[in-house]
Amino acid sequence: MRDIRLLTQMFIPGTLIGPFTQANPGLGGVCTFVGEVRFDDGVEALELTHYEPLTLPGMHDLADRAFDRFELMGLLMVHRVGVLRPGEPIVCVSAAARHRRDAIDAVDFCMDHLKSAAWFWKREKRANPNGREWHWIEPRADDTRDLARWQS
Amino acid sequence: MITVVLLGKLADLAGAPALTLSAPLDWAGLKAALPDALATAIDDPRNRVAINGALLADKAGLQAVEGDEIAFLPPVSGG
Repeated sequence: MRDIRLLTQMFIPGTLIGPFTQANPGLGGVCTFVGEVRFDDGVEALELTHYEPLTLPGMHDLADRAFDRFELMGLLMVHRVGVLRPGEPIVCVSAAARHRRDAIDAVDFCMDHLKSAAWFWKREKRANPNGREWHWIEPRADDTRDLARWQS
Repeated sequence: MITVVLLGKLADLAGAPALTLSAPLDWAGLKAALPDALATAIDDPRNRVAINGALLADKAGLQAVEGDEIAFLPPVSGG
């Protein structure tokens, strides 16, 4: 069972994970990661922009690589775009496998790639003494290091 | 017409998320038709260029014709 989606509206991860687990009968383990918009000082909103011709095809390509690399029965990969508030879920990756290590590692693999190599641009709306301003978020060295773990 | 889609902070340099330019355009023609700051930015190797959804390995080899969509893609944001 493979379910790869971009969502423009708020979602409740549990409503995806339950049916996903049910859709993979005979699994030995399911591992799920849910990312939420952090409550950082002064940050009121996070906006994610994507580029239609590249972003979703890139997620499908990532899913293909996860299926090639790990023994998976199913993979759920859902990412938000648009304007999000702190506390809202932004990403959900769930992997079902016969054995736990494949499920855990596949989620880790997908998250590291989604964070640093998927086609998303983020800016945050920060409150400061002069009002509110949008700031683009730059690439992070940590993300590049995380990605390097899988280059073998 | 050729549509130019600007992602991330490149949209701020252009002052709009998309521009419309006259066809056809090669790389030099494209740069000449853009605001200076944007023309300089797209030469930066970290900023990628796609045409009709396909990334270009060699930006300078760009050949865009009527109806094409060019996208300027800055490095993606961190987590």
